[in-house]
This record gives sequence, C-alpha cells and structure tokens, in this order.
Amino acid sequence: MLKKVFLILTILLMCFNSAFATAQKNSLQIKGSDTMVNLGQAWAEKYMENNPTEFIAVTGGGSGTGFSSLISGTCDIAMSSRNIKDKEIALAKGKGINPFEIKVALDGLAVVVNPKNPVSKLTVDQLAQIFTGKINNWKEVGGLDAKIVILSREVNSGTHVYFKEHVLRKGDPNSQEEFAPSALLLSSSQAIADEVANNPVAIGYYGMGYISPKQKPISVAKDENTEYEASTIENVVNGKYPISRPLLLYTNGQPQGLIKKFVDFCLSPEGQDIVLKTDFVPINK
Amino acid sequence: MRKIKEFIIEKLILICGLASIFFVILIFLFLLKEGLALFKTINPAKFLFGKNWYPISEPGQFGILPLILGSLLVTFGAAIISIPIGVGCAVYIAEVAPLKVKEILKVGIELLAAIPSVVLGFIGMVTLVPWVKNIFHLPTGLTALSGSIMLAFMAMPTIVSIAEDALYSVPKTYKEGALALGATHWQTIYRVMLPAASSGILAAVMLGIGRVIGETMAVMMITGNAALIPHSILQPVRTLTATIAAEMGEAVVGSEHYFALFAVGIVLFVLSFMINVTADLFLHKDKR
Repeated sequence: MLKKVFLILTILLMCFNSAFATAQKNSLQIKGSDTMVNLGQAWAEKYMENNPTEFIAVTGGGSGTGFSSLISGTCDIAMSSRNIKDKEIALAKGKGINPFEIKVALDGLAVVVNPKNPVSKLTVDQLAQIFTGKINNWKEVGGLDAKIVILSREVNSGTHVYFKEHVLRKGDPNSQEEFAPSALLLSSSQAIADEVANNPVAIGYYGMGYISPKQKPISVAKDENTEYEASTIENVVNGKYPISRPLLLYTNGQPQGLIKKFVDFCLSPEGQDIVLKTDFVPINK
Repeated sequence: MRKIKEFIIEKLILICGLASIFFVILIFLFLLKEGLALFKTINPAKFLFGKNWYPISEPGQFGILPLILGSLLVTFGAAIISIPIGVGCAVYIAEVAPLKVKEILKVGIELLAAIPSVVLGFIGMVTLVPWVKNIFHLPTGLTALSGSIMLAFMAMPTIVSIAEDALYSVPKTYKEGALALGATHWQTIYRVMLPAASSGILAAVMLGIGRVIGETMAVMMITGNAALIPHSILQPVRTLTATIAAEMGEAVVGSEHYFALFAVGIVLFVLSFMINVTADLFLHKDKR
C-alpha cells in the first residue's frame, strides 16, 4: 500500500520535471563563482536586452557549487575563479560530461585593511606568514601593537582556494601550508568588505571589484627586492601585480547553440567592455 | 457504504501516521550510509577528537572536536540566557499578567517566533556584532557570545509557550489550596506552581535547546566560523551546522569531504535526538 502511493508520487514528480525541462529550451542556467556573479549578471542583462526572447539565469554559490551543478546537469555553464580539479574532471567524465574551459577575464585579488591601519604595503611572503598565523601582531610588519584578525572566504570559494595555493603555498603543490585555524571564515566577499570597513585590525582578501573607499587595498611585492605594486587594472594587465588569476567559464563539451552564442557574446568587444565596467580585467584588448 | 468510507479514511490516516516514521528511517539510513563511508579511510577517534578541520587539503584533515565544542558552547550560552528569561516570561504570562497584557505578550512571543533566522542573523551582524566588539574590547565581534544572544531569541518562543502550557495545566486546586493556607502569590508560584509544572518546564527547556543546536543560518552569519577550539565565549567558533551549510556546495559527491559532512550530520542528528528524547521523557513523566 505504502509503496504504491510512493510510486505514484514519484511518477507524478518525474512527469512535472520533464514538463518543466522541455518548456525552457531558450533559457540558460549559469552557476558558480561568487566573484563572477556580478559580471555574469551584467552579461546576462545586456545579452537579454539584445535577445529579448532568450532567458539567462545567473546564480552564485561558489566555484565548487558551479562544478557540482555542471556535473549533475543542473546548469549549462559553470563560472569559476579557479581551474577545475582532476577529481572533478574524473567525476564529470563518469557522468558523461566533458568540461570545456573558456578564459573570459582576469581578476586581481586585492588584500585589504581598514583605512585607519598604517600598514599599506606587504610582500607575498609577509602575507603568507600573516594568513598562516606565523605573524599575529601588526607591529611585526610595521603597524600598531595589535592582534591581527584574519578574514578568509569559506572553503567553497574559488577565491579561498586560489589564495591558499598562490599566496600561502606560493604555487608549490607539495606545500602543506594552511590558513591559521583562528582565521574567520566569512560566507561572502561583501561580508569581508563590511568587517574590514568596521575593524581596524582586520585583514582580508577579495576580487578587486569589491574595493570601496571604506577599505584600503595593500600594495604587494613578489619579494623584498621588487617594487610594491598597487592592485590596479593596469598592473594586472601588465603582470606586475603578483596576485591575479583567470576567470573561467566551463561548458559540457565545445559550446554549441545558445551556449555558444552567449560565450561568444562574453568574448566580444561589447562583452569585454562589461568586464572592464565591473572592475575586472579584459583578456581581449 | 459508510463502512467502506470509514475504512478508507482510517487507512489514509494510518498512512499519514506511518509516513513520518518512514521518512525519518529513510533519512537516517541515508545519513548512515553516506556518513559511515568516511570511516573506511578515517579513524573514527581521529574524526571525533581530531583538532584540525581542513577538509579540502590533500590529504584532508577531518577533526571535528572544534566544531562539536563550538556547537556546544553556543548552545550552552544561549541556554544560560534564554532559560531564566523564558521561564520568567512564562510565569508572568501564566500567573501574574492581567488578561490584556497577557494577550499582547502572547502575540509578541508568536511574532518573535515568526522572524526568519536569516533576518535575525542579519540584524545581529549589523547591530549586535559591533556592540559586542566595543563592549568587551575584542579584536572582532564575530564571537560565540553574539551567536548565543541571537539564538536565545530563537529559543525563547519555544520555551515560553511550552512552559506556559505546563503552568496552565497545573490543577487549579493546587493554587487555591496554597492561597487558602495563607501563602502569598509569590510563595504559591515558587513553592507550588513551579514544582508542579517542573517536568513540563524542563521539556520546554530541552526543546528550546534542540531548536538552538540545529540552527544554522544565524550562527553562520555571526559566529565567525573559525574552526578553533574555543577557550572562552568571547572567541569565534565554528558550529556543526554552519560547517555543513557552508561546505556542502564545494564537496565533490563521493569524496572524503562529502562523506565527512554526512558524518558531521550523524553527530548532529545524535545530539539533537538525545535532547528530544530527554524532553520527551520529562513530558511523559508529567502525564503519569
């Protein structure tokens, strides 16, 4: 009896599902990196303005969320601020999905402190020591005598992974460095921006697009012998600013049809102009 | 005809009744299946008592001791705040307040219960967090204390309404007897009403705590989520619930991290199950 009821319910649900799926052929689901949500949204708005019959939905959740949705087939394009992991590729292959990578923009990662903080430049090495907890007082890097409050993104964030791999571990795949356990893990870049704006002893990092006058970006040098570079668009383009990364779109196989149309739009001069307007760095100049 | 109708309705209700148990069992089996898979590769003692939670490193470290302690600390703090206020409020509503005040208070409590936890979390983040930081001169206001205060608000409606029911169901004769013997109003409440309703009040407290330990959104927003073993309530903590919520998006299905999150789910399930069973025991004691 019980089983039958269940069976009927399941069948009903499945019917509804497929009905919805076929009804939305002219729409795209884009999911992933929180860093790229604003950019994706801006692209989608402009694109829908140009193509009023098509519909594009953009949601965030983190790069990892985008990949798991692409793998489970619940989105058409995954946005990511990090490269796909081997594990994820293997998993996707197992489900018949071939992740295809398209580089669409660059992003500089800004390290920010409160404007009241006298510290305004650090080396990558000092950053690594601060974020792993080896330096825990501002006076060790030329600031006031106060404990450093480390702010990081949650582990589902591509920004978190990128920062760990390229700043904490300096790109060394064998390194075992980790964020200090005392690091506060906040759930969004905006939360980090707000906390830095209110907390004179905090240090955090996020995509350059989130910088506002309420935070002070730190100038970063690769090591003690090189110049300290500000996190500006020019410095990211000419490669002087040491913490920058590609922003990527992933599709299932070579993009086709509507997906290709959208990706082409992102790479077009009009799309790259939007990249610049949302404070990221265009790749096609 | 009537008999058939009767039969059908009876069976339908039976199905509804069984469905809830059926779902609980299904959920629990799924949790066990996914969570226990972790222990093929990770030692259970290392999981429960490990001090480091670095789930996405290679190899990952899955020690949930800081998370368990974080959850317990926040819950303990919330209990300390919400129990006296909640029980006091229930006593006032049930015994002292005039009818009009009583109605207003009850509506107020219901409204408090109706505020979504994400809204409470957001309000806490912009008002309570800076306040805690300034009062205690802390480097950051994202602490267990902030979480406890916000969660106390969430536990209060449960505690007040169930404790008030318990006080209300104490036979009137007890109160009349006490007053007739010359006890004052306060003596009656303190010596007669509260002891008579004690098991119901304890159940109210346990259910309130159960609500707190399972709460996710608000704690994720205001406790700082640092997976550190807390030494005081003025430090950031990471709770079991916030860990699952924050990391489920990243966990690759079928990976160690994914299984670990389900294992965290089992721990959480066991904790809140124990609390609910305790509450139930108290409630049943009352009936006897």
